[in-house]
Amino acid sequence: MDHHDSDDDHHAPPEDIVVRVKALENLLLEKGLIDLEAMDALIDQYEHKIGPHIGARIVARAWVDSSFKQRLLADADAALGELGAPKNQGEHMVALENTSSVHNVVVCTLCSCYPWGVLGLPPVWYKSVPYRSRIVKDPRDVLREFGFVADANKEVRVWDSTAELRYMVIPMRPAGTDGWTEEKLAQLVSRDSMIGVSEALPPSRAADGAAP
Amino acid sequence: MNGVHDCGGIDGLGGIVAESAEPVFHAEWERRVFALLWALGFNGFWNLDEFRHAIERMPATEYLRTTYYEHWLHAMETLLMEKHIVSAAELAAARGREKPRSLPNSRAPMDVTAVTNLIAKGFPSKVADGPAAAFKVGDRVRTRNINPAGHTRLPRYARGRQGVIERDYGVFPFPDKNAHGGSAAERVYLVCLSAEEIWGPGVSSLDTVRIDLWEPHLEMRG
Repeated sequence: MDHHDSDDDHHAPPEDIVVRVKALENLLLEKGLIDLEAMDALIDQYEHKIGPHIGARIVARAWVDSSFKQRLLADADAALGELGAPKNQGEHMVALENTSSVHNVVVCTLCSCYPWGVLGLPPVWYKSVPYRSRIVKDPRDVLREFGFVADANKEVRVWDSTAELRYMVIPMRPAGTDGWTEEKLAQLVSRDSMIGVSEALPPSRAADGAAP
Repeated sequence: MNGVHDCGGIDGLGGIVAESAEPVFHAEWERRVFALLWALGFNGFWNLDEFRHAIERMPATEYLRTTYYEHWLHAMETLLMEKHIVSAAELAAARGREKPRSLPNSRAPMDVTAVTNLIAKGFPSKVADGPAAAFKVGDRVRTRNINPAGHTRLPRYARGRQGVIERDYGVFPFPDKNAHGGSAAERVYLVCLSAEEIWGPGVSSLDTVRIDLWEPHLEMRG
């Protein structure tokens, strides 16, 4: 898999699109169809407040509290409600548990459906056709590119979000984290591990080292 | 429609490129497009299925050449014109203006309170009542082989395949109708398809694809 930095020119739009968007916004403003203050509030929510830290908190809770995990697996909407997770684009949630025999990974081949309430807005690669086309057909190769080798004895279960259900993966809890607090465990729960393209991070990646 | 958006299983679409420290938005115009869509959605001019279908109707080469928020912009412009909310001439004229003309508000747009409600509650789409279930968990089904000219949420790779019903999710709006002015609701099932059933030999016999399909996408097999 290739990596590149966010200021890569791949995202530099032609000047035309800036004009196009501004024109559309001005026209809709003239027609009284939009409120700029509300738009700014919405952008602020998704740029600064709603993101994968919400899902990480939920996974960490599931790791330390088995009754919460059971509620999360049985009725994710109710369990997420307990923690006050945002609902927009997460109205009908399903949690998928990774185990020693099953690895779950989520995609939306037809568009880019994603559990915004727990993960925020999706990364570009998730929305792009290379991931959407390949993960259903060659999931093990794609996972390998993300650095995760799925055991040959394990089922790789690909979830194609074709309807309004939204899926999040509960990665396996890393070994060597016994006695860790929820807050510290949450640091190991990456966005990618909740999409299912990787595992949770190793204990050494927690901010204050491996000590509990 | 058998559009390029329905890309599951297509080869040759390039490598997966993951950005390190990716920002939520890459440019100010992306922020504006994101918020414009939700503001317009609040006005109720179209439903989600019509919006998705408007993206799918982009010419295939343009769809592949452009990014996610360009798809959104294209769909918004398309639907606003098709529904006679703005005209092509108005859009063209607006592109020549630096600042908006000041006109009195004619409607009540999405306001800050609406944003708070949106985050807290979203738009649950599950329908309380619906037809009785034709299938139950464990039923052996076949996905239909359909190739409609319009919108469908049954991807090509999953058509005409044998599978098993794994969950009954309840009744939801039916996009295949609702993208075209309908207001139908049908039951959604989680269907398990084996990777071998879809792709044939050469894949792990353990691997599966789970897909959410509406009742009209499925038929019982003997």
